[in-house]
Amino acid sequence: MAVLEVSGLEVSRGARSLVQNVSFTVERGESVTIMGASGSGKTSVLRAIAGLDPIAAGHIDIDGVRIRPGHVLIGHARRALYRRVGMVFQFHHLFEHLTALHNVWLAPVHVLNQPRKDAERKALELLEQMGIAARAHAMPRELSGGEAQRVAIARALAMGPQVLLMDEPTASLDPARRGDLAAILRHLADRGCALLTASHDEDFVRSCAHRVLTMAEGRMNVIAG
Amino acid sequence: MKRTLGIIVLLASVGLSQRASAQSPNELRWGGDAEGGSPFVEADPNDPARVVGFEVEIASILAEGLGRTPRFLQVGFTSLDAAAARGDFDVGLSGIEDSPARRSRLAVTIPYYQFREVLTIRDADAATYRTLQDLRGRRVATLGATLAYDLLVDAQTKFDVVPVVYEDDVHPYTDLILGRVDAVLLDDVLAERGVRRNPGLVNQPTDVGTGYYVGITAPEHAALRDQMNEILLRAMKDGRLETIFRRWNMWNDEQPRLYARLLSGATPQSGEQPSAQQLSGWEAAVRYLPALGRAAVVTFVLSCLSMTLAVLVGVLTASGRVYGPPPLRVLLTGWVELIRGTPLLLQLFVLYFGLAVVVELPAFIAALIGLGLNYAAYESEIYRGALEAVPPGQLDAARALGLSERQTLVLVRGPQAFRLALPPMTNDFVALLKDSSLVSVITVVELTKETSIFAANIGSWLLPGAMCAAMYLALSLPLARLARRLERAWKK
Repeated sequence: MAVLEVSGLEVSRGARSLVQNVSFTVERGESVTIMGASGSGKTSVLRAIAGLDPIAAGHIDIDGVRIRPGHVLIGHARRALYRRVGMVFQFHHLFEHLTALHNVWLAPVHVLNQPRKDAERKALELLEQMGIAARAHAMPRELSGGEAQRVAIARALAMGPQVLLMDEPTASLDPARRGDLAAILRHLADRGCALLTASHDEDFVRSCAHRVLTMAEGRMNVIAG
Repeated sequence: MKRTLGIIVLLASVGLSQRASAQSPNELRWGGDAEGGSPFVEADPNDPARVVGFEVEIASILAEGLGRTPRFLQVGFTSLDAAAARGDFDVGLSGIEDSPARRSRLAVTIPYYQFREVLTIRDADAATYRTLQDLRGRRVATLGATLAYDLLVDAQTKFDVVPVVYEDDVHPYTDLILGRVDAVLLDDVLAERGVRRNPGLVNQPTDVGTGYYVGITAPEHAALRDQMNEILLRAMKDGRLETIFRRWNMWNDEQPRLYARLLSGATPQSGEQPSAQQLSGWEAAVRYLPALGRAAVVTFVLSCLSMTLAVLVGVLTASGRVYGPPPLRVLLTGWVELIRGTPLLLQLFVLYFGLAVVVELPAFIAALIGLGLNYAAYESEIYRGALEAVPPGQLDAARALGLSERQTLVLVRGPQAFRLALPPMTNDFVALLKDSSLVSVITVVELTKETSIFAANIGSWLLPGAMCAAMYLALSLPLARLARRLERAWKK
């Protein structure tokens, strides 16, 4: 069953069209990778699904929440979206002024209104699962690229998303760490999380993608299953 | 080559001729403050390039006696002593009071006018406030560094009177009408003018003290001073001084008595009195330390409160300019430019004296609002810059987690911007600490004002200046250290 359905998606910035007529679905427990050169529109697709940029045409359905053109989600629909979709940015964008642990529990407390004690405990569990509980009290600038990425994944997972979006997840990792990441993602998919990654790293894609979509100049071709 | 030489010769000759004109033996350069106004020295209403007043006429008599032409030099009242000591003019004439401090630092002429210190009050209080003793716990206005000020400081210890120091002799009387003070203590020349200009005021007949107007000149000009004394004595004898003071409605019974004493070879008492002002530097420092300490507390409290106001208003203004709708942004930008583009001194005047018709702000509150709002404009620019300097990725991350705009500002963007804003904020706070000295124009006696009173009384800026600087540094250095420690903690 498709948890994410993108249909006829178009994204533009000003007069410039970034993405044209892109359609695809992602099932629960499925790991899908969009491949393509820089500037092909991969990141724009992810940002549209995460609700960060408005879309020009088409629609996106995520487990009952629909994103429509020219429509900015507010209130209930907005909160519903962010419980369903988590995003891990290429450069992680950890909150620079907060510890790793605080980065993870910030949104559960302030968006989901969880009690702080519970949220902190869950955050620590997530960091343990990611293998970096020892770094819980480190500031982002003290973390290596791989550590920062795992904190960023924990931060996204803390909101309990059904779809996890990752932009160029291997860009800041050395080969050994790439293997670790692939293992983490396979584990997430096994637990039923839908994964959509944007990457141009073929080795990584082979190791953890069930399906690959390719993009070029804002358009998409389905090539493999 | 020839041409270059010619230019050098030309420049040299211009320079020489200027020096010659500055030191022309045919001129008597006399210094005074035309802001002092009538009857002393003021710009001629018919020809603002000329000055008129009884001091102008006395300068003419002196110049004539010396066979020179008088030339007026505008010098701010509070700078007259220092300018005389530097030799900027040959003689200073501007309602300058005889005092032991002046005598010890400068060559002082014989007195040419005797004045009385007079209490001015509102008509309604005529029966209540007759003497300083009646004004227990009341605010009494005067000019700083005058005999009247010394009398008030004395009355402060004796009768608990509260001295309020002004920098000009017009606003004490207007503030008396407004009720900001309950009396003004100044000499009878100023008091008569104050009562004439402000209906509803009256002068009490009681003498609070007696003093004399004198001319001042550099100590090395003692010979010139002696010549001027001779000229003044001649003018007393032949009635020329009387003519002048009659013309300016200042003649009274006290003057002939003074002249008779002087012509019989006596010197008036006030110059002979042993006085508190003839202290050694250390004694003076010890005596003024408590007053300077109190003034430093005023400076510190005023600066802290003003900075708090500046930060609050600055944060709101910056948020409005970053998040607000376009009309609000335009409005706030205009407000910031208006405040940044006009002098703080002007803003303080408008707040305290200008707005007095609408709302009578107490001096401290006016100072707090003036400084706070002025600095808020600068702070808002710092915060706006800092908010815009927070990387957009941080905002994307906050939005992708579902934080609202307000939560993003409070939890992510604000705290990060604050770190960026801290160094310029520290800078501004230190600047505000020093700018707070401007509020003395609206009668708040803070550190710099207290220092200038101290300096005027002992006739030197050296020790008071050093003590004042030490106190400012004692206030600003710990602050700079605290800020550095915070920055280090965040960088760790």
